Amino acid sequence: MADYLNPQGWLLALLQTLLFVAAAPLLVGWIRLLKATLQNRRAASPLQPYRDLIKLFGKEPVVADTASVIFRAAPYVVFSTTVVTAAVIPLIAVNLPTAAIADVIVLVGFLALARFFLALAGMDVGTAFGGMGASREMTISSLGEPAMLMAIFTLTMTAQSTNIAHAIDFMLSSGFVLRPSFMFALFGMLLVAVAETGRIPVDNPTTHLELTMLHEAMILEYSGRHLALMEWAAQLKLMIYGVLIVNVFLPWGIATRLTPQALLLGLVTVLVKLMALAVVLAVAETGLAKMRLFRAPEFLNLAFLLALLGMLSHVILEVGA
Amino acid sequence: MNITHFTLQEQAILIIAALVLFSSFSLLAQTRIISSIHAFAWQGALVAAATALVAFVANQHHLYISALLTLALKAILIPWILHRLVVKLEIAREVETVVHPALVMLGAAVLVAFSYYVALPVEKLSLLATRNTIAISMSVVLLGMLMMVTRRQAVTQVVGFMSMENGLFFAAVVSTHGMPMVVELGVAFDVLVATVIFGVFFFQIRESIESLDVDRLNRLAETDESAAVAEADVAGESE
Repeated sequence: MADYLNPQGWLLALLQTLLFVAAAPLLVGWIRLLKATLQNRRAASPLQPYRDLIKLFGKEPVVADTASVIFRAAPYVVFSTTVVTAAVIPLIAVNLPTAAIADVIVLVGFLALARFFLALAGMDVGTAFGGMGASREMTISSLGEPAMLMAIFTLTMTAQSTNIAHAIDFMLSSGFVLRPSFMFALFGMLLVAVAETGRIPVDNPTTHLELTMLHEAMILEYSGRHLALMEWAAQLKLMIYGVLIVNVFLPWGIATRLTPQALLLGLVTVLVKLMALAVVLAVAETGLAKMRLFRAPEFLNLAFLLALLGMLSHVILEVGA
Repeated sequence: MNITHFTLQEQAILIIAALVLFSSFSLLAQTRIISSIHAFAWQGALVAAATALVAFVANQHHLYISALLTLALKAILIPWILHRLVVKLEIAREVETVVHPALVMLGAAVLVAFSYYVALPVEKLSLLATRNTIAISMSVVLLGMLMMVTRRQAVTQVVGFMSMENGLFFAAVVSTHGMPMVVELGVAFDVLVATVIFGVFFFQIRESIESLDVDRLNRLAETDESAAVAEADVAGESE
């Protein structure tokens, strides 16, 4: 168990969070590179998202006359909530003191808070696109959230704790066990992650002016550093879902002790796992077409059904008579 | 019995059992006739794989034959016959509307929970490692029945019926390591013969009512019902 008064632990947690925030654009750059290669396009450098962010931070934000305080505050609220969420998730080491701040349910709450302000900001200026995007985002999230919570409950029923660090500890200590419930929960989580981070087939992340866009429609009015913060928060969210999936379902390699060797191993394994997950995402995005918005509920119903089956199979198959 | 007490092969059986359950759900969700036949073929293949694994774990050689028989009949031959029939009847691209699909799915989940409670006392009597899957096989039977209830197309009802048979076979394999070989062979050929007879029936039904929508079998009159009522009204007034 973590020692909460250990300054070394807090320092490591801080460094881990900084690494998390700094690495998020790189993950997006890597996915773009993979997609471009798969589609026979010439790829931009994986560092391109950093250059975009630097460029946007250097520009003056232009704010509409009709915008209220919410519009100006939203980028900071969204970005800081997302960073706090990132701080809670074990990236390279488990049992850091920050893990005790929040369990998975609070984590879902953090994400919901960020989404709430994002939707408010989308509606604030009063353009048609913003309101449309906000309403769509809320539709998707109201269906995605129960599925995600159900998948998480499946996990926590097995690990008997809602704390992520405890769940990872449990997975590591029980060794390699083929669990039907985890298989279903993993697929459910993957579908929810795709929907919530606005990837194909639910939303197209590369679009800028389409009637069907979701995320881009909400941040259409933003410019300059506000836009940079919003973009960065979106990239962080993708990374959060990615790390959550690879570290909870496949935690092997994560550092359990705070020695330099263990931390280095943890860093390398999490990078390899994230790169592999990005390959899966890029292949899926290249192979699939964006579906109609009205089919998104079906997609999320499937995610919910998978999570529900995960819970049922936990009760029926794993606990047993 | 907790899952951590099982060996890796036994855990794999549980995984395949869970996938069989999932295939039942996907059968319920398919609206295209062709895709439901494909889902049925996958279910047959999964049941065959589970049977082969049980044969390996329990060292029961006769189960290998059952597995092979299941693979040949349920995963290849019967789906192929149904597929050919559907193409011949020119309904391959037809989409069937399911009334309240979300409600059907919820009902299916309730059925799974129900069969878990029904199977609990049965599981206590068994000593086999695979006894947890009895509830799964029972819910596959119930989901097949639900599919027959919610569908109107004759072909999808037959697919539901066959999937019920899959569930029964799966129950026999996981609870008692399979029925005697004679019974199994008999059932396998019964199912095959049933498919052939169903095929003949499809053509007969279509010839007499010009559709495979079995709801239309409820109508006795040749004429349209509303027209008949209107006629009766006219007759009543003239009297």
